[in-house]
Amino acid sequence: MKDEGLNLIHILLLFSSLSLLSIGGGNSVIPEMHKKAVDTYRWMGDNKKQGDKQFADIFAISQAAPGPSILIVTLVGYKAAGIVGAILATVAMIFPAAVLVYLVTSIWQRAEKSPIRHAIEKGFAPLTVGLVLASGYVMGRAADHDWQAYILTGICTAICTFTKVNPLIVVGVAGFIGWLGWV
Amino acid sequence: MTPTSSTSESGGPASPPSLLALALTFNHIALASFGGGLSAWSREVVVVEKKWMSDEEFLSALTMCRILPGANQINMAVFVGTKFRGIPGAVAAVFGMTFVPVLIILAMGIAYFKYHHIPALQSILKGAAAAAVALTFSMSIKTGQKCLRGPVPVILFAATFVMNGILRWPLLGVLAILAPMALLWAWPREKKP
Repeated sequence: MKDEGLNLIHILLLFSSLSLLSIGGGNSVIPEMHKKAVDTYRWMGDNKKQGDKQFADIFAISQAAPGPSILIVTLVGYKAAGIVGAILATVAMIFPAAVLVYLVTSIWQRAEKSPIRHAIEKGFAPLTVGLVLASGYVMGRAADHDWQAYILTGICTAICTFTKVNPLIVVGVAGFIGWLGWV
Repeated sequence: MTPTSSTSESGGPASPPSLLALALTFNHIALASFGGGLSAWSREVVVVEKKWMSDEEFLSALTMCRILPGANQINMAVFVGTKFRGIPGAVAAVFGMTFVPVLIILAMGIAYFKYHHIPALQSILKGAAAAAVALTFSMSIKTGQKCLRGPVPVILFAATFVMNGILRWPLLGVLAILAPMALLWAWPREKKP
């Protein structure tokens, strides 16, 4: 049995520091989180190989589950210290970064008429479209393993771009096609 | 084809959404995104459906949310919540985006830790993930149609995609190279005050 109080302190310190380190999004700190959770604190059990597999599996769950994929921390916290650990890890991961974003947003809203804000809104738009396309490309490389999946992605892209069909229907039908085993 | 480029109220409806509306909206975004594609869902709901922001404001906020630490879409919830209702708005939006997903992921995780395999759904999620990728592609086509006019933005867009998507350079490195050029291009020139 591990000391529960010490465990909770480790959870708090680890995830609040990862929160501020997660520049570019939650996935950027996954390697560090893996190292600490599996090797340093052994939250995934004492068997290193089994721990690695468990971490990979809960990563897959967090990618698939609805909502932000950073909620992998909820499961790491749960494995470390039960429900209390799950809640603590989630809050610790969200709070510090959210405070920072709040401060930046407040400044941003006050700068409504400034040339820098105008330049950022206009100039960052093409960069953001490039980043969004890049993330679609990277996601596609990871999610689509065969030609059926590529075709499904292509058809869904056309439907979402050129029709007004509710995207939820598109995702639902695609899920059904997956359930039928066609992709 | 989109006459809405005027954005008369300069970003936002006349009366800001209530705290409940913020929480429910971000809850809706989060739950819709199973299989992925959260930023495409955010745009779909916040810009297209609710018309809370213009595409330009949304896109620049999205990049800001990527540069700052934290999960991109939680950051976006903080941004939108703060924009309309300050701190309570940010709390409501983040709560809406995370509360139900935390319950779902806990249920899935507890089932996993108990039975040691990923709860069914695998094949359904394979299909849904392919569609989520499509949503993301479609978002870049739709937003690209609006803002990629002229050679400079197209070059900036293409360079960003190649550096970040194909060459997999880190976000901050890509932006360190391209953001100054983008700002120089977009800086307002010789206009009356």
